[in-house]
Amino acid sequence: MLELSILLPAILNGLTTGAIYALVALGLTLIYGVLHIINFAHGSLLMLALYAAFFLHAVAGIDPYLALPIVVPLLFAVGYGLQRFVIGRASHGKDENILLVTLGISVIIENLALYLWKSDTRTIETPYSFSVVNFGVANIPVPKVVAFAGALVVAALLWLLMTRTDLGRAIRALAKERLGARLVGINVDHVFAMSFGIGCACLGAAACLLLPGYYVSPHVGHGFVLVAFTVVVLGGMGSFVGALLGGFIIGVTESVGGLFLGESLGQLAIFVIFIAILLFRPTGLLGQKA
Amino acid sequence: MPRSLQIALFVAAMAPLPLVIGSEFWLAWTTLALFYAYLGQSWNILAGYGGQFSFGHALFFGSGAYATAMLQIHLGLNAWAGFLLAAAAAAAVGAAVGYLVFRYGLRGSYFALVTLAFAEAFRVVANSLGITGGGVGLLVPLKPSVATMQFPEKSGFFWLVLALVGLGLILTAWLERSRFGARLMAVRENEDAARAIGVDAFRTKLAALALSGALAGSAGAVYVQMYLYLDPGIAYGPGMSIEALLAPIVGGLGTIFGPVLGAFALHGIAEIGKVGLGQAPGLNLVLYGVLLVLMVMFMPNGLFGLGRVTLRRLLPGVRNA
Repeated sequence: MLELSILLPAILNGLTTGAIYALVALGLTLIYGVLHIINFAHGSLLMLALYAAFFLHAVAGIDPYLALPIVVPLLFAVGYGLQRFVIGRASHGKDENILLVTLGISVIIENLALYLWKSDTRTIETPYSFSVVNFGVANIPVPKVVAFAGALVVAALLWLLMTRTDLGRAIRALAKERLGARLVGINVDHVFAMSFGIGCACLGAAACLLLPGYYVSPHVGHGFVLVAFTVVVLGGMGSFVGALLGGFIIGVTESVGGLFLGESLGQLAIFVIFIAILLFRPTGLLGQKA
Repeated sequence: MPRSLQIALFVAAMAPLPLVIGSEFWLAWTTLALFYAYLGQSWNILAGYGGQFSFGHALFFGSGAYATAMLQIHLGLNAWAGFLLAAAAAAAVGAAVGYLVFRYGLRGSYFALVTLAFAEAFRVVANSLGITGGGVGLLVPLKPSVATMQFPEKSGFFWLVLALVGLGLILTAWLERSRFGARLMAVRENEDAARAIGVDAFRTKLAALALSGALAGSAGAVYVQMYLYLDPGIAYGPGMSIEALLAPIVGGLGTIFGPVLGAFALHGIAEIGKVGLGQAPGLNLVLYGVLLVLMVMFMPNGLFGLGRVTLRRLLPGVRNA
């Protein structure tokens, strides 16, 4: 019988890791879940955002949390440009082409980073990097607690955007019926690029919240790509609450799975969940019937 | 010119190369280009003719490679027998994955994601098992002899890989003319319509995945004999999956010679890139990525498609050149 004193901290730790997964996956929910753009470059763009936050700290001495107003618009611009001028043009209306183009983009970004910044793993030091918050059963580092709260805020903002604004309505209209959306006067290319940009902006936020407790290297995005897709599919395509929930489930699964199976096999649970969800419940936990 | 003649001419033109090429470097380069042409042909059969885009082709490559490496090391199996068993093992993996995936009707991007997830899952498992050597990897004992598939002369590998490329070409040419190939292409064009006229889409896709897996698995077996080393990153990492899909896309998806043309074009460009950009790590892969994006953007039919279009413009009467 496993001691609760081991299990509870593992669950708590899993929840905080899950919040980070959720943060990364929230942007993908919009890009992949709503608009079905299969963005393989998601992890590379996160890596780019992490480097942006890192250099703002290393060169200009800006705290990652204060860098949010710089990194978020930057990533939005990158995303908007990518979708408008590269992905949208190359897709020729076919899903396979989007897969290949985003794969190409990720190969470019990752290897450029490798060339420019070498494969070193870099971390930053902030006054609060090693502070902890006591939760009774376990001490959780402050950056992880902030990331947890950040995930909730980003999810709420996205939900508001989708339900309360004209842009959100336009995005949902596009997801349902592209031709119809064009007929009622929605600028399809622009709205697609806006969505992609907002999805990338979420990555900017994720990077700033992630950096104080994490590291950056050219390959840091790798581990996140499949996890992000898993979270989106598990939570239900296009559901922001689902992505949040999915992130927590994956985080806890990984952490508790690691407890039983060892660190490296614990990851296996993520892929098994991913495959099982796609096979048996493709609508996910909170998704609507396609 | 009939396909069989084209293939025979290609193999006949390539075969004497080791006798002509003096430098070890260029012989190894040509062998590697042919190797990726063969791996690309495996992907081409599934994606180019079947319309199923696998993003985790390393799953089959790695399974074949591990099958033969483990059998050789732990049971002392002969490498040629290991080669056949590797193809069988990878085909079995393909059939098992295909059964699950196609039974539940996953298509398009879902198929791509699931194959990627399977490859990653296998990588994690290979990383943690003792029998696969874990993260340290496996070292295959060196026994140079034709009987052990570890040719003392480098030209041996060249001819072996060339024979495999020839086999892949014949197989693909057969696909274009056979009933099975016709069914497969019907599924690619429109699965629902194909089913409506009585094509068993499930079995057709399953067979294509097993066939494609067998080719990739045998490529893995050859890789093990060439490099005598294997670890989970090489076997199941994304690198091999990307190599497998680049060659046919650059050369021309769903064409017989596309993967061969693509592999030589890509590796030629990579080589020029190395000369032009220096040996900096990553830069030649940046070139790959740029090429992939540009190809999809401006030449979605690959180099062969480009040739066909220009020919049609020049000679309005020519249709299928």
